[in-house]
Amino acid sequence: MSENLKNGTGKLFTNVDPDKMRAFVREKNKKKVSKLTTVKEAVEKFVSDGDYVAIGGFGGVRIPVAVIHEVIRRGKKNLGFSGHVSTHDCQLLSAGECFDRCDAAYIVGLEARGLSSNARRVFQSGKINVTEWSNGALSWRFKAAAMGIPFIPIRSMLGTDTFNYSGAKEMFCPFTGKKLAAVPALYPDVAILHVHRADIYGNCQIDGIVVADDDIAKASKRVIVTTEKLVDTYEIRREPNRTVIPYWTVDAVIEVPFGSYPGNMPGVYFSDEEHLSEWLKVEKDEQLFKEFLEKNIYSCKNFSEYLEKNGGMEKNEQTYSAGASFKIGGENDPL
Amino acid sequence: MTRYNNMELMITIAARTLEDGAVVLVGTGVPVATAMLAQMTHAPGLTILFEAGGVAPLLPTMPISVGDSRTTHKGLKATTMAEIMEFCQAGMVDYCFLGGAQIDKYGNLNSTIIGDDYKKPKTRFPGSGGANDLASLCWRTMVVTPQSDKRFVEKPDFLTTPGYLQGGTSREDAGLPKDTGPYRVITDIGVYGYHPETKEMMLISLHPGKTIEDVKANSSFEILVPDGYEMTTEPSDHELEVLREKVDPTKVIIGRG
Repeated sequence: MSENLKNGTGKLFTNVDPDKMRAFVREKNKKKVSKLTTVKEAVEKFVSDGDYVAIGGFGGVRIPVAVIHEVIRRGKKNLGFSGHVSTHDCQLLSAGECFDRCDAAYIVGLEARGLSSNARRVFQSGKINVTEWSNGALSWRFKAAAMGIPFIPIRSMLGTDTFNYSGAKEMFCPFTGKKLAAVPALYPDVAILHVHRADIYGNCQIDGIVVADDDIAKASKRVIVTTEKLVDTYEIRREPNRTVIPYWTVDAVIEVPFGSYPGNMPGVYFSDEEHLSEWLKVEKDEQLFKEFLEKNIYSCKNFSEYLEKNGGMEKNEQTYSAGASFKIGGENDPL
Repeated sequence: MTRYNNMELMITIAARTLEDGAVVLVGTGVPVATAMLAQMTHAPGLTILFEAGGVAPLLPTMPISVGDSRTTHKGLKATTMAEIMEFCQAGMVDYCFLGGAQIDKYGNLNSTIIGDDYKKPKTRFPGSGGANDLASLCWRTMVVTPQSDKRFVEKPDFLTTPGYLQGGTSREDAGLPKDTGPYRVITDIGVYGYHPETKEMMLISLHPGKTIEDVKANSSFEILVPDGYEMTTEPSDHELEVLREKVDPTKVIIGRG
């Protein structure tokens, strides 16, 4: 029965063995202590050249921009990263030329806004080692890692070039005999996430779509969390069913209001579409792009300075809190 | 002068294929406009899902991202991408709507690269995103796209997302779930389905003012033309009014003509 089974030819960039992760997690300090720190310290301590990075949120929604900017400012190189609907985050890491390998499900685009010409230049250069996946496959790879198993069988990708250029393997189901695609667990070195509220220990709550942040936190060796709002543990205990990430997975907590800017933060503020359009526009001109990055990233001492340069909190509160009118749930009148 | 442009025509025709009570997974742009139009006309009970985790929102306006705040606006559930894909894998999703840079006669789509060197492509596109999962796992795959010989190709540079693969029974032989696959392709020229046996693309109806010559001239592969093809019923005034005034009042999508 095994004569026709195919293997994808894409490279696996991370360890697949759950026992290695179990041994790592066993040694990790799981004591409930304050993880409060700064963006600078967190990046210095937890992100090294060559690390494999997973970024939370959904490209332009609930993304950890402050930490990504710091990764770029510090000139981190040769990172691996998972392009799991990676839109503005892919654009940022491409701008910093921070990575040399990528598990790609969705890269170089910003959905309905268009394609990033600079990210395309990076991916068309031939210098990036790319392995193809689908969004479902990457979600399930994180899920397998979070479950502590080496792979998960799925029913997509079969029969396509997406499979052929992936690191998946065909298998037969031991119960039904059906052909399945086995996708390997993905254990990143470091996860970078942005959430709605967290306490000093790293208990995190997210409003709206979770995307894959729950599984990414469990799958990663180290987890850096920025939060819109730092809350007392009492707040977390009041509604424990809303806790998406438990404290023992988390290594660093930093309060960063408007931390998803220029991205959307569901229920809090909308994306700055003007600024994202400017990104796409300046990328087409090498000199303009250089000046733009200098102004918005390299010359900024921190994320607040970036916010200030683009209208500051005041503008953000007025303009983008309009996005809060899109309710998560909500008790307003029916449509 | 016609009462509508090509984009309005495609969205209107596509919306009619979605029956009331169906579950549909959509992306931004044309797909979401189509689902919203269906919901605001003949299919108020249509359930709209977004792959980032939004379930059954009451969409105030068209989202710019399949994860933006609108996709959960007054929604019934906000969840993970894995759970949405699991709804598809469990057989709970009737339709998905996709596009792509290239499509072939079996409905296979390319949204990954243009060029013959994967490692150094001439043009890199986003890749599968969720498209491969949706087209593998939802019951019926819909494609809405303008038609041209550059888009309708004999062999895509990369097979990102499965249609009927190499035709015949190849899709099921590859292990993809039984009875799933491409259902309709809606272009500015006509509506296409697939031959029940060979799974080749086949004309179902021709849009007003279009000819069989247009069908053939705008495809690099041969599209089957059966004797009994129909003529597309034009968008009604009501459909156009809802599309223009409620679905896309700022003409983000329909303005592309």
